[in-house]
Amino acid sequence: MDMVKVKINGIEVEVPAGSTILEAAYKAGIDIPTLCYLKDINEIGACRICVVEVKGMRGMVTACVYPVADGMEVFTNTEKVQKARKMNLELVLSTHNQDCLGCVRSGDCELQKLAKDYGIKDTKAWSGMNMEWPVDDSAAHMYRDNSKCILCRRCVAACGVTQGIGVIGANERGFETHIASAFEQPLDNTSCVSCGQCIVVCPTGAIAEKDDTDKVWAALADPTKHVVVQTAPSIRATLGECFNMPIGTNVQGKMVAAARRLGFDKVFDTDFAADLTIMEEATEFLHRFTEGGAMPLITSCSPGWVKYCETYFPDFIPNLSSCKSPQQMFGAVAKTYYAQKMGLDPKDIVVVAVMPCVAKKFEVGREDQSAAGVPDVDVAITTREFARMIEKAGIKFDRLPDEDFDKVMGEASGAGHIFGASGGVMEAALRTAAEVLTGKELEKPEFMEVRGTDKGIKEAVYTLAGKTIRVAAVSGLANAKEILTKVRNGEAQYDFIEVMACPGGCINGGGQPTQPASVRNFVDLKSLRAGALYTQDERMTLRKSHMNQEVQALYKEFLGEPGSHKAHEILHTSYVARPIKY
Amino acid sequence: MKKISKLPFSGTPEQEAQLRAWLEENGKKPGAAMPALQFAQEIYGYLPVEVLRIVAEGTGRSLEEIYGIATFYAQFSLSPKGKYKIAVCLGTACYVKGSGKILAKLEEKLGIANGDCQLDGKFSLEASRCIGACGLAPVFTVNEDVYGRLKEDGSELDAILAKYRD
Repeated sequence: MDMVKVKINGIEVEVPAGSTILEAAYKAGIDIPTLCYLKDINEIGACRICVVEVKGMRGMVTACVYPVADGMEVFTNTEKVQKARKMNLELVLSTHNQDCLGCVRSGDCELQKLAKDYGIKDTKAWSGMNMEWPVDDSAAHMYRDNSKCILCRRCVAACGVTQGIGVIGANERGFETHIASAFEQPLDNTSCVSCGQCIVVCPTGAIAEKDDTDKVWAALADPTKHVVVQTAPSIRATLGECFNMPIGTNVQGKMVAAARRLGFDKVFDTDFAADLTIMEEATEFLHRFTEGGAMPLITSCSPGWVKYCETYFPDFIPNLSSCKSPQQMFGAVAKTYYAQKMGLDPKDIVVVAVMPCVAKKFEVGREDQSAAGVPDVDVAITTREFARMIEKAGIKFDRLPDEDFDKVMGEASGAGHIFGASGGVMEAALRTAAEVLTGKELEKPEFMEVRGTDKGIKEAVYTLAGKTIRVAAVSGLANAKEILTKVRNGEAQYDFIEVMACPGGCINGGGQPTQPASVRNFVDLKSLRAGALYTQDERMTLRKSHMNQEVQALYKEFLGEPGSHKAHEILHTSYVARPIKY
Repeated sequence: MKKISKLPFSGTPEQEAQLRAWLEENGKKPGAAMPALQFAQEIYGYLPVEVLRIVAEGTGRSLEEIYGIATFYAQFSLSPKGKYKIAVCLGTACYVKGSGKILAKLEEKLGIANGDCQLDGKFSLEASRCIGACGLAPVFTVNEDVYGRLKEDGSELDAILAKYRD
């Protein structure tokens, strides 16, 4: 690789040719603030917060996109630079709704931080024309408040580039420029798949999840309700970030303790249902693989992916596993098996799900998701909302003891835990399928080829009991589009495909803690978070779903065999083709 | 913001074939979106959702991206134009001479708002930027005909509109 030498504020660094000034400065230990820049997906140099001076150049340049040249001397902190950044910030603020106190992003807003860092005293210095934007809260999972939008277009890039969907973009021009959908349609009337990747990249409070915590508080306050909570695999790997813990800290024990202190009657694990999903899905796979059926089998755990398939690739609906997602399987079992065991009326049980995902808010309202005649899951909240509840209740998260999940639906294998990362569902399924096919214990439970968060498409070929199984693990919907197009055109053949809507899987889901661009651009968020789950798996003795004793008890006492008629009634669902709207 | 037409779409299969043929040949070239929209507007006279869907498909872009371009440039219209297109100049000179009042009178007389087209497709009305006829202020045009030095009370408007009552 060609290297060039540059000086940043007098500090000499050597960086690969083609690096940006921003990257070179990072190497020199200097932060340059950014607002619109997101590495690889939104490199548009539009907000001009990252301006710097370059020796010999007349004007200032945007560090985020300007490539360095050998011998270049850059100054990131001169009086001229500071003045320019301050004025650019004042201009951004001139059309920004400054109702910050109760804003959902107050405290972790990137604009707020910069305004403070640059000592903006008069936030209305350039106040002038301001548009009135209605809040779009038409969709089940999120809202958009354009009065807080700074037009950085990070959400547009997440939707169009990362996910390959593009239902939002910049409409009109000048003061009237705003982010919306074609023909000003409300989001609910577009083919948005509810993945929420737009939310996690928004630097301000312009886009956020629909807050459903009031529903949870109300259930907890109702003495006639038995309120149980389930926590998704990836939550334990990210929740700590909301309480200033290092990225990648596994906080399972504290998470359970916090849920108990919030007043849930039972604290259960979605990972129990992940193991259950594997029992059903591995059975389904082996059945289709040996007896015939729509192949390749494609996983159905990710509701953003399922809605994407139903909308953009309806010809693949027969390939989708009929298994409900772990969230929904959990709810279905809670309101049938658990209700019966506890002598409770399913109508009196409230199932709350803590999810890394905003599409789960859409999923709870889907058809064919009510095993006991009432919705399987009542409320789905995100990691962020759960953290907000803990905060509001005054629970000192970092001082909590580590506690264990409650019995009956609280046991999980390492295979269940790794569901939260791309490749995890595939690996979990392979661990079980391999032992069923061969009738022997696996020497090593790891399937390393499907691991990793750096690649959006991972492929592998395994030989199990003399049979060749071709698999792929895909994350990010632009990648899903690529691979499905290949399968459709006969350019690629697989037996089993795992798809997760969000890049890297649930650990990077649309409901996860927000991290500023300064972290997203330079820290490998996805692999640190995924690492927490793989480490947990590695340290366990119970690493295979079919060895989970609570799952075994569920089959023995209630469901019969995996894939039984009763299991199908309770744990499986159906899909619908959805027309492409706006 | 651009006015979005609520009129039913009345494009013909011939028009669609013409647009698709153009897109087939040029749609995937870099920078095709602008000329595609210009060509589509030439064919249909305006850009309703049905037409933008064809352009989006033919250029391999999302409908929203195409819509974003169509609303960015003043040259594109999302609502149809009438047989007689009335454009009232709201440039500075015309405006101080009362063209705003003339626009309001025309809205009243034609029964349509600025940016709209009559249901029968006869007249459409829009405000324009300066058309460079400041010496004649206030000015409006009906297709290629220019009417200037108008009285701001609108007393001449009936006679002018009557010329186009065919």
